[in-house]
Amino acid sequence: MNNLDLLTAITVFVLSVLVGIEVIGKVPATLHTPLMSGSNSVHGIVVIGAMLIAAESHTWLGYVLAFVAMVFGAMNVVGGYVVTDRMLEMFKARPTTEKKV
Amino acid sequence: MDNVSDAVHYVFLAASACFVLGLHLMNHPRTARRGNALSAGAMAVALGATVWLVADEGVISGTGWLVLVTGGVIGAALGLWAAREVQMTAMPQLVSFFNAVGGGAAALIAVDDLLQTEEAALLGARVSLPGALDIVIGAVTFSGSLIAAGKLQGVVSGAPVVFPGARLLNVLLPVSFVAGTVWLVLSPDSPVALYGLVGVALIFGVTMVLPIGGADMPVVIALLNAFTGSAVAMAGFVLDEAALIIAGMLVSASGGILTKLMADAMNRSIANIVIGGFGTGDSVPAATGSGAPAQVRSVSADDVAIQLAYAGKVVFVPGYGLAAAQAQHELGDLANLLTDHGVDVSYAVHPVAGRMPGHMNVLLAEANVPYTQLKEMDDVNPEFPQADVALVIGANDVTNPIARKPGNAISGMPILDVDKARSVVVIKRSMGHGYAGIDNELYADPKTGMLFSDAKKGLAELKAAVGEFVG
Repeated sequence: MNNLDLLTAITVFVLSVLVGIEVIGKVPATLHTPLMSGSNSVHGIVVIGAMLIAAESHTWLGYVLAFVAMVFGAMNVVGGYVVTDRMLEMFKARPTTEKKV
Repeated sequence: MDNVSDAVHYVFLAASACFVLGLHLMNHPRTARRGNALSAGAMAVALGATVWLVADEGVISGTGWLVLVTGGVIGAALGLWAAREVQMTAMPQLVSFFNAVGGGAAALIAVDDLLQTEEAALLGARVSLPGALDIVIGAVTFSGSLIAAGKLQGVVSGAPVVFPGARLLNVLLPVSFVAGTVWLVLSPDSPVALYGLVGVALIFGVTMVLPIGGADMPVVIALLNAFTGSAVAMAGFVLDEAALIIAGMLVSASGGILTKLMADAMNRSIANIVIGGFGTGDSVPAATGSGAPAQVRSVSADDVAIQLAYAGKVVFVPGYGLAAAQAQHELGDLANLLTDHGVDVSYAVHPVAGRMPGHMNVLLAEANVPYTQLKEMDDVNPEFPQADVALVIGANDVTNPIARKPGNAISGMPILDVDKARSVVVIKRSMGHGYAGIDNELYADPKTGMLFSDAKKGLAELKAAVGEFVG
C-alpha cells in the first residue's frame, strides 16, 4: 500500500511541524497542561498504526506485539481525551455557585 | 478495493484538519473544551474508518480481529479508568505515562513491521531508516517516561540519582544508537540488530531520566512529549500513513515549544539540558553572599488578615509548595472571601510553578479559581507596583530579586517582580532554601512579613481571621 512517496511524506512532515508551531505558539500558559494532555491524545492516533499491523500479523509474535500496541494506543487515546476534557471543564470565567461550608 | 482506501484516506485528511482546528481552539479557555471535543470526535471517526479499511482489505485473520478488538477494549477501559480517577496533582504522572504508552506503541509498530515483512532484507532505507528511528525514539520515550512517572509518583527516588560511570554511559549509549541504527538500516532482517537497538534505547531512556531532579520535571515531560510525537511520525513513515505523520509532528511541535518555554523560564538552554544532564546538581552555588544571616520580620495571621482586608489589590503568588501541601482550596476560599469584600484579587503564575507546564493553573482551576484571575508572568509583572499586598505561598526561587544580579545560580532567570509590590507576605514553614539553594533577598526586605506556618494551616488561619474581620 505504497500511497506516499518519500518526497510527499517529507513535505507533509515539514509542513506539519510549521503548522504546529504556528498554532500552538499562541496557546496561553494558563492552558499549557491541557494543551499537553490534549496533544498527547492526538498522538494516540498511533492506534491506527496498531490496527494496521494487527491486520497484517500472521504469527504469534506479531499478534502479541500488535495486542500490546493496541492496548497502549487505546489507553493513550481514550485516557488522553477524557482527562483533557476533565481539566478544561474546570476552567470557568466566574466561580461556580459557591458552596459555602 | 482502492475506492475504500481512497475514501478512508480522505477521512484521515479531514481528521488531521480537525486536529489542527482543535489545537487552534485551545487558544482560549472559553473555546478549549470545544476544541478538545472536535479533536476527539475526529479521532473516533478516523478510528472507525480504519476498522472499515481493515475489514475491506480482508487480509486480517480471525485472531487478528480478536487482537484488535480485545486490545482496543482493554486499553480503552484502562485509559478511561485512569483518566477518571487521577487527582489533579498527579496529572504530570498521568501525562508522562501516556507519553510512555504512546511511544511504546510507536516502537512496537516498527518492530512488528520489520519482523513481519517478508524479504525484509530487501527493504530500502525508505522504510528501514524511519523504522530504526521510530524504535530508538519510541523505546527511549517509553522507558524514560516510565522513570519520570515513577519519580513524580514517588516510586522512584525524586532526587537526582547518579551512579558511577553514568556520564560515560550516557556518552557511549548514543554512540551505540548510531551504530545500531546504521546496522539495522543496512540489514533490516537482522534480529540481533533489531533487538539490540531496542535494548540500548530502553537502557538509555532510564539512564537519561534517572539523574534528573524533581524541579526539572517540567522540562523533561515536555521533551518526552516531543519525542513521542516524533516516534509516531516515524511510524507514519514506516506505514505510509500521512495522518500519523501530521498528528505526530503536531505533538512534536507542541512538545518542542513547551520544552523551549520551560527551559527559558529556568534560564537554561535546551542544549545544556539535553547534553549536560538534567539538574545533576553540578551548579551548586558557591558562597551565598557575605555577612550575617538576614534579619526577617515575623508577622501573625491576624496582622496579615487586616492588611488583606484593607487592600485594594492583592496578588497571590502560588508555587509548588502550595500544591504539595494540598492547600489550593484554602487559597481559593480566601480569594473568594476577599473578592466578595471588594478586593481585586489575581494570581501570578510562573511558567515553572508545578511539575509540568501550566500545572499550577489546573490546580487553581480545580479549586474554583476563575481563569480570568490567572495571570501569566509577563502580564502580571507590570501589575505588582499597584498591588497593596503580594502573598507568596510555597514559591521561592521564582520570587528572588537576586536573579536580576549577575554571578549567582539563578542569575538571569525570569522572576515574578514580587519585590515591587507595596508590601509582601510570605507564608513559609521555615527559612529553608528553594531548589537553587540560595538565600532569598526578598525575605530580608523591610516591607516583607514572614508568616511562619504550613501553607494549608497558614491559609486556613488567614481565612478564619479575614472572615471574622469582614464578616
